[in-house]
Amino acid sequence: MNVTLTVNGQAISRDVEPRMLLAEFLRDELRLTGTHVGCDTTQCGCCIVHLDGEAVKSCTLFAVQADGSKVTTIEGLAGTDGALHPVQAAFREHHGLQCGFCTPGMVMMGADIVRRIPGADDETVRHELEGNICRCTGYQGIVEAIVDAAAQARS
Amino acid sequence: MGQFGIGQPVRRKEDIRLLTGKGRYTDDVHVDGQVWAAFVRSPHAHADIRGIDIAAALESPGVTHVFTGADLEAGGVQPLLYDLPFKDRNGKPMFKPARRILPTDRARFGGEPLALVLAETAEQAKAGAELVEIDFEPLPCVTSTARAGDPDAPVLYPEHGSNVAVHWENRAPDEIDALIAGAAHKVSVDLVNNRLVVAPMEPRCAVADYDAASDVITLYTPTQGIMTMQTAFAALLNIPKNKLRIVAQDVGGGFGIRSKRYPESIAVAWAAKKIGRPVKWRGDRSETFVSDYHGRDQVNHAVMGLDRDGRVLALRLETIVNVGGYCGDNGPRLPIDGGGRIIPCGYDIEKFYFSVKPVYTNTVPTDTYRGAGRPEANFIMERLMDAAADATGLSRIEVRRRNLIPTSKLPYRTQMDFVYDSGDFIGTMDMTVKEADWDGFAARRAESEKRGKLRGIGIASFVEQAGGRPTEEMRVKLEADGSATVYAGTFSHGQGHETVYAQMVEDFLGIPFDQVKLVQGDSDTTPVGGIGTFGSRSSMMGGVAIRRSCNQIIIKGKRIAAHLLQAEESQVRFEEGLFKVNVSSVSIQEVARAAADPSKLPEGMKAGLDENYLFEREPDAMNFPNGCHICEVEVDPDLGIVQIVKYTAVDDCGVVLNPLLVHGQVYGGVAQGIGQALTEDAVYDETSGQLLAGSFMDYGMPRAHHFPHMVAHFNESQPCKTNDLGVKGAGEAGACGAPPAFVSAVVDALSPYGVKHIDMPLTPERVWRAIADAKSKRAA
Repeated sequence: MNVTLTVNGQAISRDVEPRMLLAEFLRDELRLTGTHVGCDTTQCGCCIVHLDGEAVKSCTLFAVQADGSKVTTIEGLAGTDGALHPVQAAFREHHGLQCGFCTPGMVMMGADIVRRIPGADDETVRHELEGNICRCTGYQGIVEAIVDAAAQARS
Repeated sequence: MGQFGIGQPVRRKEDIRLLTGKGRYTDDVHVDGQVWAAFVRSPHAHADIRGIDIAAALESPGVTHVFTGADLEAGGVQPLLYDLPFKDRNGKPMFKPARRILPTDRARFGGEPLALVLAETAEQAKAGAELVEIDFEPLPCVTSTARAGDPDAPVLYPEHGSNVAVHWENRAPDEIDALIAGAAHKVSVDLVNNRLVVAPMEPRCAVADYDAASDVITLYTPTQGIMTMQTAFAALLNIPKNKLRIVAQDVGGGFGIRSKRYPESIAVAWAAKKIGRPVKWRGDRSETFVSDYHGRDQVNHAVMGLDRDGRVLALRLETIVNVGGYCGDNGPRLPIDGGGRIIPCGYDIEKFYFSVKPVYTNTVPTDTYRGAGRPEANFIMERLMDAAADATGLSRIEVRRRNLIPTSKLPYRTQMDFVYDSGDFIGTMDMTVKEADWDGFAARRAESEKRGKLRGIGIASFVEQAGGRPTEEMRVKLEADGSATVYAGTFSHGQGHETVYAQMVEDFLGIPFDQVKLVQGDSDTTPVGGIGTFGSRSSMMGGVAIRRSCNQIIIKGKRIAAHLLQAEESQVRFEEGLFKVNVSSVSIQEVARAAADPSKLPEGMKAGLDENYLFEREPDAMNFPNGCHICEVEVDPDLGIVQIVKYTAVDDCGVVLNPLLVHGQVYGGVAQGIGQALTEDAVYDETSGQLLAGSFMDYGMPRAHHFPHMVAHFNESQPCKTNDLGVKGAGEAGACGAPPAFVSAVVDALSPYGVKHIDMPLTPERVWRAIADAKSKRAA
């Protein structure tokens, strides 16, 4: 089947198997390997991308379901001038990552939280991260980073 | 000390790459022409294999090859053998059978790999694997740690006749038993240290590429130590070390198990050479659950005798550790001379008996997981201390105070022959008690009660050991442009070495932080004496090797500077990046430039400033990180749900190289400890031997909402005395402190019901049942 979509601002058109997942399409077809796959049960959130501006788990959508959509991956989050997105910058400031494997999903989810809930507090952010697993950080720096970025978004 | 020097909370160099999707993990490796691998795994926990028929799989679309253990062994692949020297008191050695890479005769745990299918696509390989027909004769199985040694338990190795690999003891128990029998107070605990799935976020993968011209196999795989893996894997493949190149760029978490030998990686590496095409295997998460080593899994029975004043007279400890279907590289070692050797942790107890029985069961083999025996040891000691407080009527703080080794007794040689060089166990506990506002707890409890919640507070004092294997090699090279490159034998997989090592080089040589580059992760460039990153060893072992490499650079630099300044070498001082003679000086950058130019060097000196140092410490001169953690919880008595509301940690990690990163290690370790104590349990069905908690759907990975905002401090008054930097390992302390502090807190919350202990994990069901049982006992 044909799938035509925009990924990080670039128009893409490919023929893919209907069963191909969006995560596989991004990683294997487009070699955008920043989007990670950490589980096979939609639990870990490593694969989160933005589909028409909203966070989705790309392991739980078929590539063809993204037909006609705009997809942003971690590679496309920073400004075209290379300036980090505020959530990326906050992750660095608050040591919100160690091994980095869950990070793309955490950052994409964080950006979604900040967009939806400017000023989100610690408790809200922890609740919102139900679908993201990190094994390294104890979530401390991740939550601090998102709360900080959410505060900046309100001000 | 500059803004980027040692002790500063420097933001990480690695972050920009990892935050923008530019990390390169094993699954990101694609080699043109690669075929995909899939493994056929045993669906049975225990079964004889009567035959393997690969004909149908070979006919499957896209399948290029199917291999079994017979093919691998005909190709020279060796079985896993284990360097485990343990004997019983009569001198009978431990039973430690070899593990075949792909067995053809018997499967001993569900998920064990039995055949390898290669195909043009990943889907075709998986479809082909479905068509491999294995004729199994299922056998009765055993998964229970406590029951594996029973006389009627199904036996995994008939040639041994029992599942007990060895009954190891540190001494005869008689004197200890007599002391306990005569003690004023006697306390005992029966504990289950639950089996855990380690689950680094990156599932395990392997990509192998064979170059016929050089006869070299390149294996891309997550690891924690490049050269250790090269040595081990070359031996298993039966090829010289220089014919196997190991490459790992970014690794998505390790926690001990990524340092191990795995059959899948060996099979993939062998197959790439056999078929002359690159081979890629991407393990999915469910597959990783049944093929990565698991962690913990002990049952402990411990008895302690105390005098009238609450001082411990003697301790008797019996441990059974479930090593799974095969040994594991370290599984049986962990409670004996691995982490378990830390018994009795921070307490001044000279008389103890300590027995360990490793048992084989039809489960995934267990091995090192964050703490590797120390969390288990500290959990036992802390549950005993809480029991001792209960028996003596002393507070939990006071009974610890009376038994902790006072700083005045240091250096302190334990009965297991560790020498604690530094530490302030009582002072650290006092700091934590103050920081956690222990004295204000009663008011907080009353406030919780008003909301219908039971509040509890728990404390754990712990000591662990860090440093691991006693050698490590690092290389520091100054480039002609004045920058520096560190070639590491260690392997950063989340710890932030790119940052910390650069801080060190800035401090030691005065080369700016952003001019220091880290090279790691390729056996072609890693120092040959490299070991790796596990056992919280990189700060000490890697750090000292960097310090001494830098010292060698300074010595050589002084000779060059003396030549350039036309002075005597003995007149040259090195301060903050400058070689000085009286009022004249040359910078280290100028010296580096000169070093690259033979015409500017003293006669006979080799060009370049490029030094490596193989640090060899006394094997037992480890370091002993320690600390005290206090946890506060609220329990909903109707639902059994436990919420952690406050967590305070004070850690003695010696000299803190980068507080931002060390705090990260503490929080991460605490989270894994809380995971064990609150949500995680690798549950097996005892009848079928199937892993019931086999995916993130069923296994309780802790989430962000399980934690409060934690508070961590350091007691930096006790630098380590056995290494040049004064550092102590920081990676595993959190996992030691959290489980006992948490369980202590929940039991304290349930004290109105007389609950004394609940086995981990303290799920709502278990907590609710403990309350319900206590209520019904009272009513009866």
